[in-house]
Amino acid sequence: MRDLFAVFRRELGGYFATPLAYVFIVMFLFVTGIFTFFVGNFFARGQADLKAFFLYLPWLYLFFLPAISMRLWAEERKGGTIELLLTLPVGIGTAVLGKFLAAWAFTGIALALTFPLWLTIGWLGSPDHGVVLAGYIGSLLMAGGYLAIGSCISAMTKNQVIAFVVSVVVCFAFSVAGSPMVTSFFVGWTPQVVLDAIASFSFLQHFGAITDGVIDLRDVIFFISLIALWLFANAVVVDANKAG
Amino acid sequence: MEAMVDVRNVVRRFGSFLAVDDVSFGVGRGEVIGFLGPNGAGKSTTMKMITGFLLPSAGAINVGGYDVVADPIEAKRNIGYLPEGAPAYPDMTSRQFLNFIADIRHLDGPVRRRRLDLVIEQTHIGDVLDQPIDTLSKGYKRRVGLAQAILHDPPILVLDEPTDGLDPNQKHEMRGLIGSMAAEKAIIISTHILEEVEAICTRAIIISHGRLVAEGWPEAEGWRLGDLQVEPGRLDAAFRQITGAAA
Repeated sequence: MRDLFAVFRRELGGYFATPLAYVFIVMFLFVTGIFTFFVGNFFARGQADLKAFFLYLPWLYLFFLPAISMRLWAEERKGGTIELLLTLPVGIGTAVLGKFLAAWAFTGIALALTFPLWLTIGWLGSPDHGVVLAGYIGSLLMAGGYLAIGSCISAMTKNQVIAFVVSVVVCFAFSVAGSPMVTSFFVGWTPQVVLDAIASFSFLQHFGAITDGVIDLRDVIFFISLIALWLFANAVVVDANKAG
Repeated sequence: MEAMVDVRNVVRRFGSFLAVDDVSFGVGRGEVIGFLGPNGAGKSTTMKMITGFLLPSAGAINVGGYDVVADPIEAKRNIGYLPEGAPAYPDMTSRQFLNFIADIRHLDGPVRRRRLDLVIEQTHIGDVLDQPIDTLSKGYKRRVGLAQAILHDPPILVLDEPTDGLDPNQKHEMRGLIGSMAAEKAIIISTHILEEVEAICTRAIIISHGRLVAEGWPEAEGWRLGDLQVEPGRLDAAFRQITGAAA
């Protein structure tokens, strides 16, 4: 537990030690603002809710979150510090989890800083605060999914750009798993069970269900187990490098 | 002598390349082993296996009574390791970095303060504590790496080229520091500098092409290196003869 916290703190500190954290947060807030107000027609909708914000968030996450996760392992491999980390008395599981939690916490900070949007709708009308809260919880869970994928992919390379690009593609596949773009590729030659299974991996569907204000345990379990699975794969990748 | 590090018939392959080929040796308390060999001979690979960064393909390594494969965490608690090139987190200051290591090494309260103060003094890094590590010179970086390795006062020290990149004065100091810790620890250092071996090592192991080709130790006059009787200051000629013949 103590080791986990030490790894977590070092990693989170790593984001704020460079301008990266500040640039990321400013850009994230700027872009979410643009999408919510201009692309999402926040005012014209005349609704006191954050639908316009949550509608575009998955697509912004698709590019912003791999930029957060890309450094987690690739940077350590490139700089040789992975040799230091893995020869300290810290389990691989602890290192993987500590790093992931740091990235997740950082994302949580950026997400929390969108609170003026919530204040705005509260001031303009009388929103259903439960639905908004559900949206934020769903966003955080979905972010965890993207970051776990990105962390695992980061462990496979020394090159942060490769980690970024591959993560975007894999995260995109998970985002749209339920859409015709993906399913039409499988229709006709795969049984319905497989189609349903592929579609059930869709981030957008699970996220959409939560932002509608219904926190279904199944959607929560989906994201949690997805995170667990990718982090397990992450640990396997790091461990495999030892036996190489 | 109590063996602190025991390397038995260790083999390491990278694909079809045999980096370490059936190497065995032991290191006891009070010994300073000099690990010699041409570049690419398998010195660093052997050190990475002792410290648990790489797994041996075959053979066994025991560190402070713990098998590095079966009990990696316990084995790692007993070791202080300075990896080749002294990697450290570039964005952290030396102070933050050492505090992180102290957290991971579970050092608390007065012990933590005492150890931090002592290693900072021993490695002479007091002036650069609040500088980010990536702004440090090679010599300072190496010393921060050494401070990290000795912070928890480990019974076993593994130092991969600890004096590389240091100026002659710093080299002299580093050797003095290693020498001062030698009595109560088991120390393994790799180096290309043979005068260093003469200055601080109690034993030398020469590795070439992954195989242990010779052992050496100081005698009343000069050194014995494999079958060779070496006059003081003439180790490098003997080294060339041994590693050249094996090539």
